[in-house]
Amino acid sequence: MKYVDEFRNGKQAMAIAKKIAEQVKTLNVSKQRPLQFMEVCGGHTHSIFRYGLAQFLPEEIEFIHGPGCPVCVLPMGVVDDCISIAERPDVIFTTFGDAMRVPGSKKSLLQAKAEGHDVRMVYSPLDALQIAKQNPEREVVFFGLGFETTMPSTALTLQQAAQEHVKNFSLFCNHITIIPTIKAMLDSPDMRLDGFLGPGHVSMVIGSQPYEFISRDYNRPLVIAGFEPLDILQSVYMLVKQLVDGRCEVENQYERIVPKTGNQVALHSIGDVFELREFFEWRGMGSIDHSGVRIREKYADFDAERKFAMPRLKIADPDAAQCGEVVTGVIKPEQCKLFGKSCTPQTPIGALMVSTEGACAAHYHYGQIEIPISQVVNR
Amino acid sequence: MKVIETLKQQLVESFGDQVITLAHGSGGKAMQQLIDQVILPFFGKPSDSPLEDQARLPLPQSGRLCMTTDSYVVTPIRFPGSSIGHLAINGTVNDLAVSGAQPLYLSCGLIIEEGLAFAELIEILADMAVAAQVADVRIVTGDTKVVDRGSCDKLFINTAGIGVLEVGLDSGITHIKIGDKILINGDIGDHGVAILAARGELALETTITSDCAALTSLIQLLLSEGIPIHAMRDVTRGGLATVLNEYAQGAGVGILIDEGQIPIKPEVRGVCEVLGLDPLYLANEGKVALVIPADSAEQALQLMRTHPAGMNSAMVAEVVADHRERVVMQSDFGGKRVVDMLVGEQLPRIC
Repeated sequence: MKYVDEFRNGKQAMAIAKKIAEQVKTLNVSKQRPLQFMEVCGGHTHSIFRYGLAQFLPEEIEFIHGPGCPVCVLPMGVVDDCISIAERPDVIFTTFGDAMRVPGSKKSLLQAKAEGHDVRMVYSPLDALQIAKQNPEREVVFFGLGFETTMPSTALTLQQAAQEHVKNFSLFCNHITIIPTIKAMLDSPDMRLDGFLGPGHVSMVIGSQPYEFISRDYNRPLVIAGFEPLDILQSVYMLVKQLVDGRCEVENQYERIVPKTGNQVALHSIGDVFELREFFEWRGMGSIDHSGVRIREKYADFDAERKFAMPRLKIADPDAAQCGEVVTGVIKPEQCKLFGKSCTPQTPIGALMVSTEGACAAHYHYGQIEIPISQVVNR
Repeated sequence: MKVIETLKQQLVESFGDQVITLAHGSGGKAMQQLIDQVILPFFGKPSDSPLEDQARLPLPQSGRLCMTTDSYVVTPIRFPGSSIGHLAINGTVNDLAVSGAQPLYLSCGLIIEEGLAFAELIEILADMAVAAQVADVRIVTGDTKVVDRGSCDKLFINTAGIGVLEVGLDSGITHIKIGDKILINGDIGDHGVAILAARGELALETTITSDCAALTSLIQLLLSEGIPIHAMRDVTRGGLATVLNEYAQGAGVGILIDEGQIPIKPEVRGVCEVLGLDPLYLANEGKVALVIPADSAEQALQLMRTHPAGMNSAMVAEVVADHRERVVMQSDFGGKRVVDMLVGEQLPRIC
């Protein structure tokens, strides 16, 4: 496939891997204290496992799987709120596929569907709006989540609903924003990351400029990376090269998609529809200031939070689940006490086990056997 | 086939404006009319004698009887390249065929939702008749129920099948050996993508059609040429990944997939890329994964490629002593990864 296969060339991958290994040798790092690069985005986590990218890197480099899977960071209380809406007989509740399996305190949306409630999987918020137009006697609620990647399509849908005066459509807004989240991690006393792979899709919307505080104020390099395996390896090389050169910058490996100043049309619609919340609760990470958005007063008629009463309870994760430590890179997935025992993709306790982009699910599916590097490079 | 097409047109002209009502399942006149005038003309009667509650079939001279049953509940009931009617015949035929048996007789249980248009039912029955003719099996007994609107989704079909397995043929998971090769008879994932497209939930347009087909003649070709088949399973729900995991766990062996050898249409790959789906888990309805000893594998592959149902056959994996009970894929890219069993349904990722 054009624009895909070019970025999956094994020979080129080996060449980049060799260059990374050569550069790392010149740095004062050891296997005991490897360089830790966090991929913020769940899409990167998925690619890293799917293509076995860790096998291409020397032991002195380690990927830390960050909080960038929006499904994985959903608090249980929010899922409970969704279910309280979905259980109303007058409601058709719609959302993306992978949000349906996230466990709430009692059940997931998939389980609510199995109980007979009208929960439907859609591929875009516009599909949800279409369902609303086709079912004028029912209330149609779209559960919107995701970072800046999915925010523009939700914003445009709300603008369209307003223009068309659709009365029976609303959004339960749980969109989150990436910059405060990275800042919260950088401010954490446990923080020991050596660099970041910046999220490609989010950056397509916000551009590369908003990350500049990371190199300026926190002295950490960041490379915005595409999602194909060669993109990721090249981005790792760019991070290592910065360390070798003694530089600390925001670089853009994904220039073919990501403009420096972002997508102005998308940013404009986001600004028109959403405003920052004071606080937003993240699963495993607690409350992070200004890390979520809500619907502006102008679109209040389409705000499910104002339309429906919800429990809005804060529900703590099970004591034994260590999602927060995994998501901030303090421990690896397999070091969690529940990993692969009571918490599996069949029976997820922590949300990181739910989506294929979650670090634990990816590790469970793809990473359960150690494959020696010799077997990989001999092809 | 022409006879079936003509019959279909005649029946649509006679019944095309009617719908199924509860009376058609009541056991009375309406039901008799449905069976005599709509169903039996497609399937025929096993003999000239009046219909009995059972089909009376001669025993084979030698060999063993094989029996299977499956229920078909797909939505929508028609989709690109196929229908629930084709599935109900080919699915059961294939369950018999992958034992090495020659399928002979099928039963057909129809559970029809009140309100189904006769025209739709006639289409499906015609599809069943065509599929049975192509697969060389006869529908010899059946049952019809009509349920209240909302109790089923238009039409559910159960088919049971009986076939004959020659003495001496005994493939199965326990025969799988280290070093065996695994072959598949063509592109994977077409059926899964066709169903996704037909559900109308995708903004994508695709020309992919279901691969629904009977596998009997392809398998019989290999058997008749003396290819020793250690194991074979049809690759349906759960896709190739699931069958290979069943092999690995059932035989206590490792399986190594060569990603570059897996036949897959670029369009199917494209849909998977966009939706975040893995083609290894997509459903198929005309594919078989054969485990063949290494020294016969190349000959089997060449034979399969001479058959219409195997033109794009490929050797996709091998049975290995490493990573027992696990399936690992050597990617085109150079890395390796575990290919696990699917958990639940594949759900598209959000970004």
